[in-house]
Amino acid sequence: MKQRLFLLLSACLITVLAPAQTAKELLQKVKTKYDQVNDYTATGKMKTNVIFIKAPVASIKVYYKKPDKLKIKNESGVSFIPKGSANVNMNNVLGLSNFEAVESGTEKIAGITCKVIKIFPLSDEENITRATLYIDEARLLMIKSVISTRENGTYELLMTYKKYAEWGLPDNVELSFNTRDYKLPKGVTIDYDNGSGKAPARDAKNQKGKVEIAYASYEINKGVSDTVFN
Amino acid sequence: MFTELLKIELYKIFKRPRTFIAFGAIAVIILLVQFALKVNGKDFVQFYTDSQADTFDIPYEKILNGYFVCVAVLHMILIHVPLLVALIAGDMISGEANLGTLRLLAGKPVTRTQLIMAKFWASTVYVILLLACMALFALLGSILIFGTEDLVVFKETDMHIMKSGDVVWRFFAAFIFAALALTTIAAMALMFSVFSENSLGPIVATVCVVIVFTIVQQLRVPVFEETINPWSFTTHMLGWKGFFYVDKNVEGATISGSVENPMSLVRSGLILLGYIVLFLAISIRGFNKKDILS
Repeated sequence: MKQRLFLLLSACLITVLAPAQTAKELLQKVKTKYDQVNDYTATGKMKTNVIFIKAPVASIKVYYKKPDKLKIKNESGVSFIPKGSANVNMNNVLGLSNFEAVESGTEKIAGITCKVIKIFPLSDEENITRATLYIDEARLLMIKSVISTRENGTYELLMTYKKYAEWGLPDNVELSFNTRDYKLPKGVTIDYDNGSGKAPARDAKNQKGKVEIAYASYEINKGVSDTVFN
Repeated sequence: MFTELLKIELYKIFKRPRTFIAFGAIAVIILLVQFALKVNGKDFVQFYTDSQADTFDIPYEKILNGYFVCVAVLHMILIHVPLLVALIAGDMISGEANLGTLRLLAGKPVTRTQLIMAKFWASTVYVILLLACMALFALLGSILIFGTEDLVVFKETDMHIMKSGDVVWRFFAAFIFAALALTTIAAMALMFSVFSENSLGPIVATVCVVIVFTIVQQLRVPVFEETINPWSFTTHMLGWKGFFYVDKNVEGATISGSVENPMSLVRSGLILLGYIVLFLAISIRGFNKKDILS
C-alpha cells in the first residue's frame, strides 16, 4: 500500500514539475542563442505614438553591451525615450538566475505559434516582478514579452525578425507602456485656441504609449565603448 | 506727400528718447531671461516635464536650445509688449494736443485722414522695428548662446516636437503675425488718442482694455468662452503661437512643415485685420469731426 502511494505521489510530482523543467530548458536554449551577441550598435528609425506627444520620426542609434547595458540615442534631434526601452534587451529576463518558470500553453502571435512561459523572479532585489514570454520554439526567438517592473510599470514588446534572426536580433520592435497623464497648470502656457479642441477625455491610469523601432542595420560583436552608456 | 508725412511722423517718434526705452527694455529683459535659462535652464524644463520623468528619459540639455529659449522669451515678453506699443501710439494725437501743436498740424495742406494714416503707419513701423529688435536678440542671441536643436513646445495638455530644419520659417511667420497683433494695439491706442487731450489717458485705457480682455480670456468660464473670447482681439493676438503647433499623421508622427488647423490662423489674422480697420475708421471719423482747440 505504502509503495503504491509513493509511486502515485511521485507520478503526480513528476507531472507537475516536468513542464517547468521544459520551460527552463527552452529558456536556456533561447538564452544560448541570444548569448551569441556580446554587443551591437544598431541604426534605425523610431516612431513615438503617445497621445500627448507629437514627435517626428527619429533617426536613432541603439547601443548594447552584455549583460544589461542598452542605450537608445537620437543623435540628430530630441526624442522622449521610454525608460522601459531597456527591456528591448532580452538579457534582462533571460539573464535572471533565481526564478520560477511555468509553461502556460501556446498562443498565436502574428501568425506564429508561440510557447507561453511565465517567469517569476524569486529574489526581491530584481526590478522585474514577473514576465510572460511568447517564444517561437522552432526558431528559438522571443516574439512577444510582457514585463512587469517594480519601478516603471508594465512593458509589452512585440518583435519581428528577418535579416538578423540567427542572432536573435529583431528588425522591428513595438514597445507598449503605461504613461502618466500630462497636464500643466492652467495659465502657465497660455495656449492659442486654434479650434483643434481639447485632448479627448483620458483615463489617466490606463493610458498606453507606443514606440516602434525599425532597425536598418546592426554591427554585431564589433565592440562598444562603455562611455556611450553614460 | 504722404511719404513726407510719414517721414515726419517717424522723425517725431524716433527723436523722443522714450522711444528707445522700449528697445532698451526689450534687450534687457531678453538678456536677463537668457542668462537665467543659461544658469537654471534645467529647472525650467523640469517644470514642464516633471510629470513624465518617471516614464521617459528627458533630454534636458537638448530641449534647452536656442529655439526653445526664443519661444520662451516670446511667451514671456509678447504679453507685455502692448504696453510699449501703447506708450508710443497712444501719444500720437493726444501728445500733439497736449503740446499745442495739433492745430498747427491740422492746418497743413493735407487731409486729416492722411494725417491719421501717416501716424498709423509710423506706429506700425515702430512695431515692426520693435519686433525686429526682439527677433535679433531673442532668436539670434539665443541661437548664439544655446545653439540649435529640435524645438519642443509645451502646451497645457500636450507637447509638440519639431525638427530643427522645420523651425526657422515658423519664427518668421510668428513674428509677422505678432506684428499684425501689435498693430491692432497700435490702432486701438491711436483711436483712444484721437479722443483725448493728454497722453496718459489713451495709454492707460489701451493697457486696461488689454488687461481686462486677457483676464476674461484666462478665466476660461463658459459664459465668456462662448460669447466674448471667440471675438476678443486678445484671443487672436496669441495666434503667433499657432505656428509652433504642428500637425501629425495617423501614425502619430509630426508632419514636417505643417501647422495644426491653419485655417484658425487665417481666421485670427482676418479678425485682427478687421479690428485694425474698425479702430482706424473710428479714428478717422473722430479726427475729422474733432474740434481742434489747441
